[in-house]
Amino acid sequence: MTGIIDYGAGNTASVGYALSRLEADFIVSSSVIELEKCDRLILPGVGSARFAMESLKEKGLIDLITAWERPFLGICLGMQLLFNHSEEGDTSCLGIIPGECLLFDRNKTKVPLMGWNKVTFNNLFDLFAGVKNGEWFYFAHSYCLPLTEFTIAESENDGLYSAAIRKDNFFGVQFHPEKSSIQGKKLLDNFVKMEVKC
Amino acid sequence: MPAKRIIPCLDVKDGRVVKGTNFVGLKDAGDAVELAALYSESGADELVFLDITATLERRKTIFVFVEEVAKAISIPFTVGGGISELSDIEKLLRAGADKVSLNSSIVRNPDFITEAAYRFGSQAVVAAIDVNFENGKYPVYVSGGKKRTDLEGFDWCKEVESLGAGEILLTSMHCDGTRRGFDIKFLTTLLGKVNIPVIASGGAGKKEHFLEAFKKAGVDACLAAGLFHFGELGIPELKEFLKINGVETRE
Repeated sequence: MTGIIDYGAGNTASVGYALSRLEADFIVSSSVIELEKCDRLILPGVGSARFAMESLKEKGLIDLITAWERPFLGICLGMQLLFNHSEEGDTSCLGIIPGECLLFDRNKTKVPLMGWNKVTFNNLFDLFAGVKNGEWFYFAHSYCLPLTEFTIAESENDGLYSAAIRKDNFFGVQFHPEKSSIQGKKLLDNFVKMEVKC
Repeated sequence: MPAKRIIPCLDVKDGRVVKGTNFVGLKDAGDAVELAALYSESGADELVFLDITATLERRKTIFVFVEEVAKAISIPFTVGGGISELSDIEKLLRAGADKVSLNSSIVRNPDFITEAAYRFGSQAVVAAIDVNFENGKYPVYVSGGKKRTDLEGFDWCKEVESLGAGEILLTSMHCDGTRRGFDIKFLTTLLGKVNIPVIASGGAGKKEHFLEAFKKAGVDACLAAGLFHFGELGIPELKEFLKINGVETRE
């Protein structure tokens, strides 16, 4: 069972429809008790970092996430929240992974980045199994995570940035797999089939 | 860098796709959910659907309908038409839309852009701007092209950017339905003035028009409706043509 964390700042419906198309079992919930029973969690995210962190706090979900030991996938803002800090609204985030999200350089590129961008990845990671290297995924974001030691896939805009990251059981994708056609479907399928111990 | 995007626009009335010429004389081009799924499979990069009756008749976009589209397709889509409350945006995004396009409501209340961008992020807020070329100027129109405002096209585009819009959907009313090409002159000037993505709309009639908009004007995306809906131009064919001519699109 996959739990989609519902905290008022995510496109939970779209992620839910994508899992339905995969015929995967899932719940959409903001209840710690319900989410704790899940084999894996997805943290979607749309909107501003500050609003999202406040919503997570308000719903008492912070401890559940930071102590989570089974597979976890943050999507878009949901990935950015896993890091220490976001330049967006000078927001302290979950601090699970060291790093800071920064605004794209407006002198070098249009902000926000809207559209399909190529993703190149390190084949060692199961999340991208069966996905062609250099495949297009759908992105919609103004802030990004620069390359770090936790980067497992990268894309290019004003420079290279993290398209996907991993630290232990925590995965994050900057793009929207639920809106990325067949390749996004494959990635989500890989995640929902991931062993509980990863 | 992100790929240039091709966006079919589904003007929707009562769950059916319609497309008019210069906003009048509507023709029925088919079922919207079915068309959406078809486009998703044929390589459309995203979809826009506009409830064209919404502003005039004060009819709210049908949330259930958005949900059906979201269930059917796995590419992003924008919803517009008569959106004037944050609660409308929340319902549409929660139903599965990725972005909303705002037109008349932001002319009435420009702060609405800022409020929506703070709450949902700039990436979810598309400013839909309709301009008409008359007497050497580009006045902005609202209410589905029925009502002229005192706003000037370029100024309004710059203002929506500074207020927090994440994208501009620019419709040149004087080109819309003519099939004679996008307003390259206006778009070229606009691209030099704003630093958010611009979607060109109005006037697409053949493959060369798209190439011109991408290469000459430098737009980020091109939108068309009737041309695609009536099967006159297939998206795979269009993308192949763009590729040969050096414009990178998603394969």
